[in-house]
Amino acid sequence: MSDPKIEGFELEKGFRGMAKDTGSDQTMFKGVHWGKAMMWIFLLSDTFVFSCFLIAYMKGRASTPAEWPNPSEVFALDAFGVPVPLLLIALMTFVLITSSGTMALAVKYGYERNRKMCGYLILATALGGLTFVGMQAYEWSKLIHEGVRPWENPFGAAQFGSFFFMITGFHGTHVSIGVIFLFIYCYKVFAGHYEEGKRGWFTKMKGDYVEVEILGLYWHFVDLVWVFIFAFFYLW
Amino acid sequence: MEETKKKEQSGSTHKIGIYLWIWGLLFVLSFFSYLVDWYQFQGMLRWSLILFFMFLKAGLIMAFFMHLYWERYALVNVLLWPMTAIVCFVALMIAEGKYTLFSRLFYFFVGG
Repeated sequence: MSDPKIEGFELEKGFRGMAKDTGSDQTMFKGVHWGKAMMWIFLLSDTFVFSCFLIAYMKGRASTPAEWPNPSEVFALDAFGVPVPLLLIALMTFVLITSSGTMALAVKYGYERNRKMCGYLILATALGGLTFVGMQAYEWSKLIHEGVRPWENPFGAAQFGSFFFMITGFHGTHVSIGVIFLFIYCYKVFAGHYEEGKRGWFTKMKGDYVEVEILGLYWHFVDLVWVFIFAFFYLW
Repeated sequence: MEETKKKEQSGSTHKIGIYLWIWGLLFVLSFFSYLVDWYQFQGMLRWSLILFFMFLKAGLIMAFFMHLYWERYALVNVLLWPMTAIVCFVALMIAEGKYTLFSRLFYFFVGG
């Protein structure tokens, strides 16, 4: 996580450190766990997938002569008989940020070998993610009842539906997969697999709390993507 | 004992305060970006505020929750430079979108 030390090497920081790391003909990401580097590279590729979706949405919205549905009306929710714009989406945002925060703390407690705290915080993260998926299911069914389809909708430009279902659906899939893994890791932490050094996923290498950080990277990425979807799809 | 315990830790941890601060900031920034819609700001003001809060939130999550601020510079650069390709793609598609809209309007309403 910070200031890696390798015996026999003087690791420099900053730009000079990068130049030496890339030119040293050995390991490029010094002191970075291989699983963490792999997860980062996966997330980079996932960034490109989501970028393609959002750029397609931008292009579709910019090039249609039909009027684009007003998101703050389409996604309004009645609270005590008064329509509040984007109420559900705001709640979903806060739920996801909360779960991101608990995940960050879980990683911290994991490295401090505080097994119980780490386990409970991962459980809280999983429940937050589950709440998010539930709210999204509600949002989808509400819009489907109102007649939003991938090919048409009663609010405006026909492209709206296909972009909406594709982008939020792909993000929701990521959240669901994350929730499944959070529950599995929650079990593994409580069972003490990372204290005993039990072997990890599809590997003979010993498990370690760094795996919680790797899972955390994925979960924060899901939150990160939601930041962009919230800005471009719901607010723009 | 102290020695072995230190060796066991695969990464040094940070104070809990920094996580709570970032967490709080993310809540506040999300609330502000919601207010952008609540007060129905329009035009350039709306778009610049949305982008400002978005990049601030994304930066905080990546730097502190994902620990990028503390990572080796080599990893940071490998992750961030490919983003410039996305920026180029966005620029290209803005131009393309405008052209498509122009030709649609032209041929739908003026005729070929």
